[in-house]
Amino acid sequence: MSTADKPVDHESTHGDVPDSFEDPGLPYHRPRRADVDPKAANKAERQVAALFGLSILGTILALGAYFMIDMTGEIASIRFANMMIGLGIFLAMMGIGLGAIHWAKTLMRDHEMVEERHALRSSDEARAGAIQNLQDGVEDSGLGSDGSGTSRRGLLKGSLITAVLAAPLALLVPQIGNMGGQWNTREFAHTMWRQGMRLTRDPDGTPIKAADVTIGSAFHVIPDGLNDLEHGKIEAKAKAVVLLIRLDPRDLKIQPGREDWSFDGIVAYSKICTHVGCPVALYEQQTHHLLCPCHQSTFDVADGAKVVFGPAKRPLPQLPIAIDDEGYIVAKSDFHEPIGSSYWTRLKNTSDGLSGDTEGGSH
Amino acid sequence: MHSLARHRYHRAAPVVLVLLLLGLIAGIAAAVSTASSANAATTTSADDVSEGQKLFAANCASCHGLGAEGQDGVAPSLIGVGAAAVDFQVGTGRMPMQASGPQAIAKRTQFSQAEISQLAAFVASLGAGPAIPTAEQVDPALGDAANGMQLFRTNCAMCHGSVGGGGALSQGKFAPNLWETTPTHIYEAMLTGPQSMPVFNDANITSEGKRDIISYLKAQDEGSPGGLRLGTIGPVAEGLWGWFLVLGLVVASTVWIGARSS
Repeated sequence: MSTADKPVDHESTHGDVPDSFEDPGLPYHRPRRADVDPKAANKAERQVAALFGLSILGTILALGAYFMIDMTGEIASIRFANMMIGLGIFLAMMGIGLGAIHWAKTLMRDHEMVEERHALRSSDEARAGAIQNLQDGVEDSGLGSDGSGTSRRGLLKGSLITAVLAAPLALLVPQIGNMGGQWNTREFAHTMWRQGMRLTRDPDGTPIKAADVTIGSAFHVIPDGLNDLEHGKIEAKAKAVVLLIRLDPRDLKIQPGREDWSFDGIVAYSKICTHVGCPVALYEQQTHHLLCPCHQSTFDVADGAKVVFGPAKRPLPQLPIAIDDEGYIVAKSDFHEPIGSSYWTRLKNTSDGLSGDTEGGSH
Repeated sequence: MHSLARHRYHRAAPVVLVLLLLGLIAGIAAAVSTASSANAATTTSADDVSEGQKLFAANCASCHGLGAEGQDGVAPSLIGVGAAAVDFQVGTGRMPMQASGPQAIAKRTQFSQAEISQLAAFVASLGAGPAIPTAEQVDPALGDAANGMQLFRTNCAMCHGSVGGGGALSQGKFAPNLWETTPTHIYEAMLTGPQSMPVFNDANITSEGKRDIISYLKAQDEGSPGGLRLGTIGPVAEGLWGWFLVLGLVVASTVWIGARSS
């Protein structure tokens, strides 16, 4: 709006509020350069044509890239072709869009238009008619407390309610069914680890000797025999993966009740984060910190894998280990608490009745 | 007031905005992709030990001690770390350390390869430790990149990213990207576990396995089929690209569409 057209005199209304504000009217119409200068109009026309031309070039680029670039060769050539086709499509679409808007802004009619609003409220007749229609509908359906023909209406009511209640099953049953066939939640508390089962390398499944694990080493471990499973291998692996680390025995703080769970500085902890179950495996050798890449929960491996940072609430479950006759590292038992994130019956399901308290393992 | 409102958006503003955003992103990309260079290891002889001892006394002993026994809270003992650790730390410029910080940063090497070999020979003479790998042990052409991918995915990808782009660790530490690192230095890093990195000795990942990993990393030089890699450091770079460049384009277009033609 322009103050030059209609100066507003604030001083005259000083002290009292006016009943209504004056209609400020339309802002001052400023002609565009293309409206008054034919040269500028011609220039704008050429600009629009150039943008459409850019679109045509983009189309040619996309088609040319598709037909000319050999995509059967190296990976780099596929990337180059994808890049050129994508760039061509971008230019083809963007050119049309920019051209059309530039056309509308510079060359098409530029007059302010006024469209009066009508009242939002319907007329009294229309409102009364709508209410009457609803009432007629309720009366026709017989759902109201009218009383006549109760037996037929009762059948309709019953069947409608049954249908409405049953219909969500069509959606819910397949959804819930796809969550998996395993409904025994006690299974969640157990992994594949058993007494005497060897710790083996991921992925090739070869056993690990205690002497192989030098100080500062980190081994990614799966249970012996996991690779031979015919069914549920991925599920078993997702629960049973373990990180095997050897610390300087002087750095390791043995947890009370877990005096015989480690061997000469070698400890094994579940790799599944107790927050929401990401694989925790970013081991920082110097600080003994184990970092979860998802939400930055940090566990101190030297101190019972206690949480030192982040959203996890519990330490990582420890796998008790021992050495067998041939010098290989074996598990002494399954984990003594369910691995991974919390769930509502977690503490009820702890294996062999051990406590699932936050310090773990004391019984 | 009104004239100010009318002229708030210059008609070149969207273009300037997009160019500024592009410049910002290019600047960040240039800052992130610092290159490190190092030369391949050469063979050493036992005669280098005395020369190495002189170099050590002049350049390393102030922290590690004249006998390389280390100082508590300052520098670790180097007895038994082996020639491989010296070749890695000095060869990538991490040692001598410039300033204490979350971790020693790779920088321009301060010594020639011959001097590094002498230093390595001296430190190796103090106690048995991993040796510098031979050229055959680190030749990517002899490795199996497919097996290397399996090993890398299990043992390395959580820190260094699925294709070796690197990533963040806690409290300012980070796993560097591995594309510019020489095969010998990659091998030595696995063998010796420098700084935050755990040790992957030959009993964990065999010598052939290490070569397979090197082969897999060198295969990444061919590029990815999926377009720009943006450093392959994950959702941070992609989010930055999406928020600043793409959203910037959308905002600039909206301003341009809404602005009155002059």
